[in-house]
Amino acid sequence: MSDSVLTAGSPGHKREPSYLEMDTGHKGIFAWILATDHKRIAQLYFYSMMVMFLVGALIGVLIRLELMAPGRTIMDAQTYNGFFTLHGIIMIFMFVIPGLPAVFGNFVMPIMIGAKDVAFPRVNLLSWYLYVAGGIIVLVSQFVGGGPPDGGWTFYAPYSVKSATNIGMAALGAFMLGFSSILTGLNFLVTIHRLRAPGMDFWKMPLFVWSLYATGWIQILATPVVGITLVLIVFERVFQLGFFDPAFGGDPILFQHLFWIYSHPAVYIMILPAMGAISEIIPTFAQRTIFGYKAIAVSSMLIAFVGYFVWGHHMYTSGMSETAKWVFSFITFLVAIPSAIKVFNWIATLYKGSINIDTPLLYAVAFIFTFMIGGFTGLIIGSVAQDIHLHDTTFVVGHFHYIVFGGVGFAFFGALHYWFPKIYGKMYNAKLANIAWGLFFFGFNVLYFPMFIAGYMGMPRRYFDYLPDFYIPNLISTMGSWFLYAGIILMIYNLVKARRSGPPAPANPWNGVTLEWQIQSPPTYENFDEIPVIKDNPYTFKKESARHE
Amino acid sequence: MSDHSASPAHAHVHRDDTGSKLGMWFFIFTEILLFGALFIVYSVYRFKNQDAFHAAALNLDTVIGTINTVILLVSSATIAMAISALQQKNKRLAIILMIATLALAGGFLVNKYFEWGAKFHHGLYPGAEHLVSLGPGQNQFFFLYFFMTGLHAFHVIVGMGFIIFVMRQVMRDQLTFDNYTRLENAGLYWHLVDLIWIYLFPLFYLIH
Amino acid sequence: MSHDSHEEIHVTPYSTYVIILSILLVLTAITVGVILLDLGVFSVTVALVVATIKAALVLLYFMHLKFDNKLFISLVAIVFAIYTTVIAITFIDYLAR
Repeated sequence: MSDSVLTAGSPGHKREPSYLEMDTGHKGIFAWILATDHKRIAQLYFYSMMVMFLVGALIGVLIRLELMAPGRTIMDAQTYNGFFTLHGIIMIFMFVIPGLPAVFGNFVMPIMIGAKDVAFPRVNLLSWYLYVAGGIIVLVSQFVGGGPPDGGWTFYAPYSVKSATNIGMAALGAFMLGFSSILTGLNFLVTIHRLRAPGMDFWKMPLFVWSLYATGWIQILATPVVGITLVLIVFERVFQLGFFDPAFGGDPILFQHLFWIYSHPAVYIMILPAMGAISEIIPTFAQRTIFGYKAIAVSSMLIAFVGYFVWGHHMYTSGMSETAKWVFSFITFLVAIPSAIKVFNWIATLYKGSINIDTPLLYAVAFIFTFMIGGFTGLIIGSVAQDIHLHDTTFVVGHFHYIVFGGVGFAFFGALHYWFPKIYGKMYNAKLANIAWGLFFFGFNVLYFPMFIAGYMGMPRRYFDYLPDFYIPNLISTMGSWFLYAGIILMIYNLVKARRSGPPAPANPWNGVTLEWQIQSPPTYENFDEIPVIKDNPYTFKKESARHE
Repeated sequence: MSDHSASPAHAHVHRDDTGSKLGMWFFIFTEILLFGALFIVYSVYRFKNQDAFHAAALNLDTVIGTINTVILLVSSATIAMAISALQQKNKRLAIILMIATLALAGGFLVNKYFEWGAKFHHGLYPGAEHLVSLGPGQNQFFFLYFFMTGLHAFHVIVGMGFIIFVMRQVMRDQLTFDNYTRLENAGLYWHLVDLIWIYLFPLFYLIH
Repeated sequence: MSHDSHEEIHVTPYSTYVIILSILLVLTAITVGVILLDLGVFSVTVALVVATIKAALVLLYFMHLKFDNKLFISLVAIVFAIYTTVIAITFIDYLAR
């Protein structure tokens, strides 16, 4: 264990009641839903998010089943439209956007900076309530009014204004989810600015905290743009306004501008914390200080900053001006630079490290693999000429699933396996976890890689039916979804089992050096008996032979 | 935003005035971008329909707009002075200044009510036949006029609520000369309302 | 850490607010007056420049940016820079269409 200025954790030290055992003054479920402790709120998010994720993934599997063969397979066309819309709304707004910040950001960020909680604990709880309210509104919109919303999670006008389905309500739900995200971002920004332990300046913060800082800025500055745009859609549907209706002089392309001014940076809300988590996992399992600490930290800020100005690459075929196309294309290529900086630094960290191949590292490696494929295919569709051919094909679907699911998904579950012993104080079965990872990774690639091929051949996305030419890639892809889902179920089974009856976890099972590993597992209510004083960089490893104490 | 220091039951409590002010500022940034998006919509449509926007703006009453601008500016000054008064332990003056701010805000809303009422009377509201007959550009102007001033009026009401909330705490001595951050935050929010109006006013009332 | 904002309490004198308010009212009178002069295309520019001066006064004095921690004013500057860039980039599309 690195020499600790810190508290409990080493064996022999008397264990204090953890945040899970602590008496909060409320009974039963109220001890949770009225909790202001960041660790409990993290778990509230985690459970609600996993429910949404499993629903979203199940819908994804059903969509794949429908597309297994040309023609009608298991559902009719309108149900299919509703399903891919719901899949998008759930996965984007309720899983990947809140994902890592709300769960792991809430749990470990305050600990990593040596704080007892976030800056505004009650606002933190309020964000979770807004998240739940938004989620309920979206789910209710499926069953009332003009039927399940269709037209995709992007709410493109004018269809979203004209469609008789219940799009207004779903947009309102998305607005609430956005508000929840804003409050989380605001809370984290203030926490990082104000509650760092003495001695921890910005250049001594762990990289996960840096990534949350960059993310927080996107959350507070970009989210309101889409929020008000969705409100405009709602008003347009209810009060006969016509902001995006050409009959009233409206411009549907302006909707796309406003939507992507948020929704492109939103991709960085998703991916930056994922990169941050990977930047934690890799040095721990290489037992080596991170290569290029400052470069990784600064690249997070650069991605966040440049990411504001590239939204137009979603709109090459929309009728936007030619000048705007090449400007957006140019800025888009710039984003590749900070992203590549990170990948090179991770690989350089692994080089000559004493690598422990444990489950979290497997997820991290899978992340790098899928993120690179996602990134390179992103460059392909980021250039205007090729995008004209590939726009609205399954190539794009493949690309963003490699980034968003391959990137965020693997990082999320990698982070879960990494911090699981800390969160619950229990260890999971490593062998089973690795098998689940293998199924997940194999299924993932089988599911999404054929989409590149089908898309390149010209198969449009979001279509209910397709030409027989695309049968083989679609069949393979559908089979991949079964492996993927099996992997997820196995992973959840393994973790639930560990939570119930796993062996107790030591304070520092991976020999990590950031602050969360220096306190007991699970942490006490106040995290630290004494606020630590920081002297070193966050990734200072001492040469050590014995890993598990 | 600033409420964490008020919960006595919470074990993590410590007062961080700069922290709560920072939180308020981040919230203000969010609000700026919220209206910012609408200003983008406005500028794009004005750029595309310049003549129609000029014609439509002639229907707005510059006098009422100017009066409301003056009202908001004065109210901004009174709430700012309330902070100085509280800092100098002059609780009475602080409360008087806050009441003055609220009265001015009320006056703003009354003016707004009559202004909107007159527009409805003349058939200048979304969906009205008269407005539709004026063509797409003028329609767009009035959609934006109602939506943006409406959203602004909503913020006026929220700001009033915030000031009332803070005023009660000043009355009960929960906010004092050495603990006034929440009053500052209410002030910041109120200035934001003023700030947005500073741009709304020339963009809607002063195009001729 | 938590109480450093109390080290220096800046109490703005009432007179400062009165002066700033007077300037703001004069600037309002100027913008309203300018439309009577009918400057054509420049009237938008004048209106926006005056509005921005007013906004700056409100931010600096009423919102205390001038006296507060320098962190606040830098954050505000960053936000306005990002927002202005977003508008500029949006107009690359509309100006060139």
